[in-house]
Amino acid sequence: MPALVGKSVRRNEDARLLTGRAMFVDDVQLDGMLHVAFLRSEHAHARLKTLDVSGAKAHPGVTAVYTAHDLGDYWKPGPLLVPPPPIEGLVFNARTQVPLVKTKARHVGEPVAMVVAESRYVAEDAVAKIVAEWEILDAVVDLEKALEKKAPVLHEDLGSNVAAHVVQRIGDWERAKKEAHVVVKRRFWYDRGVAAAIENRCVVAKWDAKAEELTIWDTTQAPIPIRNGLAAMLGLSEAQVRVVAPFVGGGFGPKIMMYYPEEVLIPWAALRIGRPLKWSEDRQENFFATTQERGQVHEAELAVDKDGKILGASDVFIHDNGAYDPYGLTIPINTQCTLIGPYRLDNYYTEFTSVFTNKPIVTPVRGAGRQHGVFVMERLLDFAARELGIDRVEIRRRNYLKSGDFPYDHKVIFQDFQPLVYDTGDYGPALEDAVQLIGYEKFKREEQPRARVGGKYLGLGIVSYIEGTGIGPYEGARVKIEPSGRVRVATGVGTQGQGHYTAFAQIVAEVLDVPVESVSVATGDTREFNWGTGTFASRGAVVAGTACHAAAVAVREKILDVASRVMGIPKSYVELAKGRVETSARASTGGKTGRPTSLSLGELAGMANPLRGAVKPGSEPGLEATAYYGPDRGSTASGVHAMIVEVDPETAMVEVKRYVVAHDCGKLINPMLVEGQIQGGVAHGIGNAFFEELIFDDNGQLQNASFMDYLLPTATDVPKVEMAHRETPSPGPLGLKGVGEAGCIPTGALFAQAVEDALSDHGIEITEIPMSPDKLFGLITRTKPRKSHVVSVAGEFTFDGPRDRVYALLQDASVLAKAMPGGMAMRMTADGVYAGTMKLGIGPVTAAEFSANITLTDRVAPKSYSMVVEGQGPGGFTRGTARVELSDAPGGTLMSYRAEVQVGGTIAAVGQRLLDSVSKKLTQQGLSALNAELRAAL
Amino acid sequence: VKPAPFEFHQPREVEEALAILAKHGSAAKPLAGGQSLIPAMNFRLSRPSVLVDLNKLRELAYVKAQSGELLIGAMTRQAEAERNQQVAEVAPLMRETMPFIAHTQIRNRGTIGGSLAHADPAAELPSVMVAVDARFQLRGLHGVRTVMAADFFSGLFETVLQPGELLVDISIPPMPARSGYAFLEVARRHGDYALAGIACRVTLDEKGKCKEARIALVSVGDGPVLAKKAMKSLVGEKPDEKVIAEAAEAAGSKDCDPPSDIHASAVYRRKLTSVLTRRALTQAVARIPQ
Repeated sequence: MPALVGKSVRRNEDARLLTGRAMFVDDVQLDGMLHVAFLRSEHAHARLKTLDVSGAKAHPGVTAVYTAHDLGDYWKPGPLLVPPPPIEGLVFNARTQVPLVKTKARHVGEPVAMVVAESRYVAEDAVAKIVAEWEILDAVVDLEKALEKKAPVLHEDLGSNVAAHVVQRIGDWERAKKEAHVVVKRRFWYDRGVAAAIENRCVVAKWDAKAEELTIWDTTQAPIPIRNGLAAMLGLSEAQVRVVAPFVGGGFGPKIMMYYPEEVLIPWAALRIGRPLKWSEDRQENFFATTQERGQVHEAELAVDKDGKILGASDVFIHDNGAYDPYGLTIPINTQCTLIGPYRLDNYYTEFTSVFTNKPIVTPVRGAGRQHGVFVMERLLDFAARELGIDRVEIRRRNYLKSGDFPYDHKVIFQDFQPLVYDTGDYGPALEDAVQLIGYEKFKREEQPRARVGGKYLGLGIVSYIEGTGIGPYEGARVKIEPSGRVRVATGVGTQGQGHYTAFAQIVAEVLDVPVESVSVATGDTREFNWGTGTFASRGAVVAGTACHAAAVAVREKILDVASRVMGIPKSYVELAKGRVETSARASTGGKTGRPTSLSLGELAGMANPLRGAVKPGSEPGLEATAYYGPDRGSTASGVHAMIVEVDPETAMVEVKRYVVAHDCGKLINPMLVEGQIQGGVAHGIGNAFFEELIFDDNGQLQNASFMDYLLPTATDVPKVEMAHRETPSPGPLGLKGVGEAGCIPTGALFAQAVEDALSDHGIEITEIPMSPDKLFGLITRTKPRKSHVVSVAGEFTFDGPRDRVYALLQDASVLAKAMPGGMAMRMTADGVYAGTMKLGIGPVTAAEFSANITLTDRVAPKSYSMVVEGQGPGGFTRGTARVELSDAPGGTLMSYRAEVQVGGTIAAVGQRLLDSVSKKLTQQGLSALNAELRAAL
Repeated sequence: VKPAPFEFHQPREVEEALAILAKHGSAAKPLAGGQSLIPAMNFRLSRPSVLVDLNKLRELAYVKAQSGELLIGAMTRQAEAERNQQVAEVAPLMRETMPFIAHTQIRNRGTIGGSLAHADPAAELPSVMVAVDARFQLRGLHGVRTVMAADFFSGLFETVLQPGELLVDISIPPMPARSGYAFLEVARRHGDYALAGIACRVTLDEKGKCKEARIALVSVGDGPVLAKKAMKSLVGEKPDEKVIAEAAEAAGSKDCDPPSDIHASAVYRRKLTSVLTRRALTQAVARIPQ
């Protein structure tokens, strides 16, 4: 067999992808297709009082409008995808998402109504005509506040916001702490963001009434489970439902989530309407409607002896779960387990509380909580090393598990419900590779001091990590030799850019000795393959790849069997090479005359499936085999990352100059694909460390729901990663380990260490990621960056009149109206309560009519009052609360005011950078207008 | 993100465009390169009922030198200005600034006039125009008027343009003798809205003292901000390290009232302004021909 596995073979799929011939879901165009848009909640936490869709229904071009009530029995919460693992004392409260809000919205963007129309444009026009009346509730945003007694509760029946509580232990932490030479203790905050796949989600569904067949094109990472689930929900047989996940532009985890409301609703509506439907998520929706990962706050301790040897660790953390928890405990359990890293940890106490918050749902995103754990452990090691005066590379070296320690059982439960056992590993060599590649010693001795003299602040980071990969339950594959001579491989996993069409082809081509290009791979089509789970947890290559291998081996046996029969020679005399079977030289005399001595695999495949004659009992037609692989447990990949940064301490800007990865993902199938995975992972990691952050205000409004403000690193922000490969084969049949997430797992910890190193004479400690320049500036200057991002306006204004007149005027509806933007019409509806409309617009935002309400409270004439202004219009809502105090001033009245302004909807999502200026400006305009009125009245 | 319905016009001549704009008043919106307007429309924040596309107005796309001044038609693409030799010669500060404006793809489409009329406080070109004392020609159905750049910008996304009026021409005077210039900004990523920025030009007298300093700040106010105190502190002084440091300090602490947003607090913006002013003035002075 020629060696193909291990070669950097060019990607089979690239010709199609690069020339625009690859099909994505949004490319599906069908006759009579209708388009879907959703009304989504603008509020993070609100009770739905009334919902009037009559305006949308009457809109020209609208076919149907659906609300939760229209769904009847079809309306029900989604399934719990990952039930809690068997951990003693575990608390888990399952509350899963619903297709459409019936009573209460729990995060911004939750779908409320669905509009089907001739085009997406018309559908969106109609969405704007739906009138929803909400009772706005206080939102749960902060993780620690979520657990306070007085906190508002998302799922009232639970009585609190606790989604889960889990404790796991190894050994005796308390004793380790007592015996320690040094205990370092810190509080850490690690936040993550969206996956930001280049392709958003998209669903197309078509019901063929004559064939009684439903076809669903879906950007899912799990086509087979989607097919199984939807068939059950819709009362169809699995054979009647075909789910196709064609080429998908990036998965990274959120596309394994199921069932998204849109996935449930579009097939259902397509069945009802009898016409094909398409919903294509736009980027703004993606920030709310697709799952994301988010923050954890850790209180952690590390106990070490005087040589830096780890005696034990303790970590208590809160995990932000978002509004629903369909994905169970995968992320926080990954955090617990991955914190241990490549180290020997005999005593470990780990406890987490997962909380419900009024934010989009949290499910795994590339790394899936591993980052958080690695950050805590690596940072604690850095601080311990500093305190003990030990080199940071050395403290890691001293604590690594040794190559003879494997398999190593940590005796805690991992995300796959199995004990966390490291199958194999050898960490020292990768560390030395990284040290060499980055030039650690020389950097410390020469480069850093020299740069410093020249006014440049360079810093180096170096950290380790473990990645549990390749978990079960199973995947399968079918390999078939076609009469054309081509080889067809089908497997159930979906493909999102990993290079499956090449990696699986390499595995099969090597076994069958055919060119890699002659192997075509089908993934993600339930008609092609019927069994499987999906692409997640860095398992595609390991689990499906091994299944492909097993099926190919079985086909090879069939080839030899059939050839032996056809050629009339013993099986051992058949030679399989270069896509042909030949009679071996040894058999030249033994072969029966008239029999073929050389056949292509295509010809042989034809003979294996004859139109006449008989297929022998005990054999099967064709050259085809199906095989499955279900690993007992995951395989343990590992690595060391190193980075050099340059920091400008005056501007707090950081540039990543070099990035080194020395890693071990077992046997490499295709080094080029591995390097691509790592390079992409590092980009995600750098984004997470410095650029990307989901910023919610205190009301649960996401303030950066566009790529204008949610900053992905660009090609110029990510250096080309220099790599070293180590291969410690896993015990699996092919020795494979996963690599999909390796690039992004340790980057936060690495970045923090490198920046600290660069600014060593500033004495800063980084215990928080992402570390934006704004936050770094706060650390450098010892000033506090703003914690929440509420827009506030405060100031003073002098009115040219006496205090009682000013006070009276400020309560007059007609005068108040003048102070509101756009010449508001206003009337008093009750004492101190005013209603009307205002016109609000600025710059590119077209002036639009807002319905407005003003309520004055705490009135003490003529001294002070509080005011609430609420406005609702197209594009969002605004709510301002102000406290106003009046005092006498020379020649007039001094008003001092302090107001906080909240906004919601699209304005909040994409207009954040202007809110401060706009609020100031509107306040100034309003006050000047009031003063003009006052002067006129005096 | 799909725009709300609108009526679309694509005039071939400026007069025709002005007539359409006049007919529809404030309901109409001129479309230049569309790099800000189209996203705002797609978010449905901008909902003009009439869109007047200026992209076929060939007469507004030009760069020419005329009696020492540089004349730029409002519909000149930013990429064209970036590559144009006359821009590099007559307005080197503008040339230096062009690569900071977003990305190549955006500059290929975005226009000089569009960016100025949009008056985004984070935009680079308004500050550059203020720093070089550019003159703008505004044309309406009933005539043409000329305003100085510093008088053109009147607030947050606000200019003195009246409904129905178009910015048609930008003229930049030649740089005075013994002048140096610099543009610097800090953005999260290259091409992002600047957290802070500065366009400056320093002119010396024959004795080597500062005769005039023009400093226009980016992203720290409602529009381009003239750092008047910093400018004043330089005049009459020999621009050495100490004088520059004082001017830089004034620019950040006295000359601007920056907003806070999720990317940068006001305090951070002030600090960036001071740092950038120091660096830009140092660079500008170093560039003054001996």
